[in-house]
Amino acid sequence: MTVNPNSFINEKVRKLPPSGIRKFFDLVSQTEGVISLGVGEPDFVTPWHIREACYYSLEKGFTMYTSNYGMPELRKAISNYLKKYQTEYNPEDEILVTVGVSEAVDLALRALISAGDEVLIPDPSFVSYAPGALLADGIPIPLGTFEKDNFKLTGEELRSKITSRSKVLLLTFPNNPTGAIMTKEDLEVIAQVVEENNLVVISDEIYSELTYEGKHFSFAALPGMWERTVILNGFSKAFAMTGWRIGYAAGPREIISAMMKIHQYSIMCAPIMGQKAALEALKNGESEMKKMVQSFNQRRNLMVNGLRELGLSCFEPKGSFYAFPSIKETGLSSEEFAERLLTEEKVAVVPGNAFGESGQGFIRCCYAASVNNINEALERMGRLLKRL
Amino acid sequence: MGDLKREVLQLLENDSRLSKEQLAKMLNVSKEDIAQIIEELEQDSVILKYHTVINWDKQSSPRVRALIEVTITPQREFGFDKIAERIYRFPQVKSVYLMSGSYDLCVIIEGETMHDISFFLSEKLATLEYVNGTRTHFVMKRYKEDGVIFSGEESDKRLVVSP
Ligand SMILES: Cc1ncc(COP(=O)(O)O)c(C=O)c1O
Repeated sequence: MTVNPNSFINEKVRKLPPSGIRKFFDLVSQTEGVISLGVGEPDFVTPWHIREACYYSLEKGFTMYTSNYGMPELRKAISNYLKKYQTEYNPEDEILVTVGVSEAVDLALRALISAGDEVLIPDPSFVSYAPGALLADGIPIPLGTFEKDNFKLTGEELRSKITSRSKVLLLTFPNNPTGAIMTKEDLEVIAQVVEENNLVVISDEIYSELTYEGKHFSFAALPGMWERTVILNGFSKAFAMTGWRIGYAAGPREIISAMMKIHQYSIMCAPIMGQKAALEALKNGESEMKKMVQSFNQRRNLMVNGLRELGLSCFEPKGSFYAFPSIKETGLSSEEFAERLLTEEKVAVVPGNAFGESGQGFIRCCYAASVNNINEALERMGRLLKRL
Repeated sequence: MGDLKREVLQLLENDSRLSKEQLAKMLNVSKEDIAQIIEELEQDSVILKYHTVINWDKQSSPRVRALIEVTITPQREFGFDKIAERIYRFPQVKSVYLMSGSYDLCVIIEGETMHDISFFLSEKLATLEYVNGTRTHFVMKRYKEDGVIFSGEESDKRLVVSP
């Protein structure tokens, strides 16, 4: 009897569609001399003082487990840091340090969803939410966001997707891939719907520092929202620390301890080296972080101005490090455009619909790239557009 | 205007070849504004020169560099400035700083050979009136200069596509 190992795989996992990013990654990897605007991380290496703090902690022998919740000093530092968004969390039991925001997303979904609950997710957005919801037996419901609304989530859109099974609303602003942000006023409209329908909110604010106009506003700071919101944030983007894998969740004690229950059995604790480095980032990292944000802002202008000069319609992204121009005028689909740009001009961008259906007709261009590479990529893109 | 000027300076300090057009796009202002700002900065001698950091060792025409600690007796009326001027006017002198601490002037000098430097030292510097003593340290290897690491930029190690 021949065994098909596939038959052993859990049905939910087997049915999970492959990531659109993954497909594109394989294609790009086979091409030489590519300028990539397809990355999802800063082009800076982690600031030296943070790397150096990790060396020091290794020298001192910090190689052990930490509390399940994460090192107490780190939780205190996070609690202090979150005050800048007018939110208060007790470091004792309202903050959980995780292996990146990625883990925190998974924990929050698993801790909140019961089978059949509907999870409302802005579309397009970061690729983990819908699969995470499916794996937790939830039903992901996309909430379209559109260029005409500056890719903000509107109250009407949210209302139109509410059913008796609606349970969780995921907010993710500043947004990957659109670069959209939501102001306090925008969020107030959402809070009203949340309250009326007794939703619980997971707010992924990992790009909070990368807000280029005005200041980031946290959903949990709205009256009445703290009790029904888990904030997710981390070090990957603001402090250029993607490889360290440190993020955190902050929220009401009951929700955080539910997430901790899962975390303690599946992860135990986030690695201590990363936690030590994250502590240094919060203690002494502000000035370098500000410099990186300024540099992203300069390149944001360069990218957006450049794309518009090529004749593409490009909404002004006010957060994160992505521009999200429309390529609808070319008559090509996002994938066709990205593929031709790659094979004919060797520039990698990510098709917008890799982040959800509403991303069709757009491409994600990451401007965490050198000025020279951005210029060269724009020039190559211009050549392709002329031929279309 | 103040913030914009500072941002222009920071960008040019890091890459003086950025064109006015580029700067205008990066800072979201008009090319004319940038041109005016740069002209003002040049006229006010805020921007002194656009120079290039070169690794001469790689061009097989290495240069010899030395740091000289100089102690002097300040001159009445002129303090250290007159003597500093006597020193910095020599073209082989790359930098001169007035220092706090155990010596007065820090002089960085560059020549093509060791001989160039010792000639300058014995014939010019040491014989200057008011110079009491010098102490010379030759540079053995340059690791980093003006913020530039000589072993070259670190390569981009990121995955080409990620979420
Ligand atoms: C919106 C969003 N959330 C979470 C993550 C994952 O971050 P982490 O590195 O903390 O797991 C990303 C990374 O691209 C992201 O864009």
